[in-house]
Amino acid sequence: MNTMIKVIFILAFAYPGFVQADDFKKSDLKRWREQFDEVADEGRRLFTSPDLGSNGVVCAQCHPNGANTHPETYPKFQKQLGRVAMMWEMVNWCILNPLEGKPLDADDPEMIAIHAYLAKERKGVQLDPGRH
Amino acid sequence: MTSRRKFLKSTAAGLIAGALPVSVVKLAFGSEARDISFAYISDSHIQQVKGSKFVRNWDRGLMKAVAEANLLDPNPDFVIFGGDLAQLGNKPELDHGAEILSALNVKPRMVMGEHDYYLDLGDYWSHLFGEKYYSFDVKGVHFVVLNSILTYDEWTFDRWESGERRMNEMAGLDNPNGSPFMVGEKQREWLANDLEKVSHDTPIVVFSHSPIQKIYKGWNFWTEDAEEVQALLAVFNKVNVMYGHVHQIQYNQIGNIAFNSVMATAWPWPYPNSYAQAKSHLPVMTVEMNRADPFNERDATGWQLVDVHSGRVDVNFNLYGNQNRTVSFNKEKNQPEDIKYSTHSKKPAQKHY
Repeated sequence: MNTMIKVIFILAFAYPGFVQADDFKKSDLKRWREQFDEVADEGRRLFTSPDLGSNGVVCAQCHPNGANTHPETYPKFQKQLGRVAMMWEMVNWCILNPLEGKPLDADDPEMIAIHAYLAKERKGVQLDPGRH
Repeated sequence: MTSRRKFLKSTAAGLIAGALPVSVVKLAFGSEARDISFAYISDSHIQQVKGSKFVRNWDRGLMKAVAEANLLDPNPDFVIFGGDLAQLGNKPELDHGAEILSALNVKPRMVMGEHDYYLDLGDYWSHLFGEKYYSFDVKGVHFVVLNSILTYDEWTFDRWESGERRMNEMAGLDNPNGSPFMVGEKQREWLANDLEKVSHDTPIVVFSHSPIQKIYKGWNFWTEDAEEVQALLAVFNKVNVMYGHVHQIQYNQIGNIAFNSVMATAWPWPYPNSYAQAKSHLPVMTVEMNRADPFNERDATGWQLVDVHSGRVDVNFNLYGNQNRTVSFNKEKNQPEDIKYSTHSKKPAQKHY
């Protein structure tokens, strides 16, 4: 590499206005945390809302604080499906059956919010994919 | 002496062989005449969808319990319903629940649950079923029914703009806006008076909706004045406290008081120790029920046949989707225990996490 290019490189990275992709600040962290918490709160709202289903039953009726959902164990084999499944499939099972509602797409913002809430309630538990 | 009595009408036995023990073993100590058996059905949470439409799943749970209890032969001495007949305590739900219960061969005695109470403070429930707390005697055993789901006056009378709002706030098990259950001073005075005329040798069985012991406050597996109530009971030699509300198998022993929970007919609840963000005080002697299969809507629900002998209770759990279990009182250890599932033989399905 010739000297000129080296100098340009060094200057470019030393220039204070040049922000590298991984150079985020505390204010970024705060904003990203807030974004997550907002979505998780929406998940909690959905988890206790009769709007997900058609019969008034809500997720939290059987899963207080999201307990007994085990988000840390997915993906895992579900003998009833005969294959390895993701948690959103189980969420949809509950929406369809006890809640008598319409299933959500895996990337539906409501499904993402439910996952965010369940993961938050399970914070600190070690990942254990495949566990039963 | 152990005597074996068939409880099932032979004509019907085949129909429910998978759901009930083929024959229920009744342990008879002393005279047969003093043995008592009763069916204990609880937590049906009958939930109105709209008009005359109700959540099918919860309806089925209660109907199944009623149908099976009616197959007991001879009829049990009585049937107790452990509270939370309704989900939101409104007239259609309570009427519908009462209608399902009216098919029982034996008229049930009723316990108040918070879901029956907080809409109108138990007015319509009382209209249908009578007193909110009372006592009765059967074959020398003194039975007490407590209304244990009361709470602080400020929460009940001043905090909410309507009965509907109050009911909704109390209905969410994990709702931080809820309030801890209690028996309350007035009822504790009544209990002290009621027990005053009872000799200390008389076996006592107390029915409450919430556990009269403190397990996990966050889900109201809790009674705020549990110690005060226990103190009133502690002077008796043989006390049994049986409760619903928790939708899971629990048992415990505190001094002379044996505690037994009963299952719900509607749905099971996770054990509080499976909530990663909080500590619970689940009695260590409890061998947990199997984890529920989410694909089987009746799994981990059921009802109980209870035998009272020598003043202690044996609880036979008739579990719809699981192997039946029996929690019986061990006289040597002076505590309830599960005769089959000892701690050493815990199965993977019983590891709740």
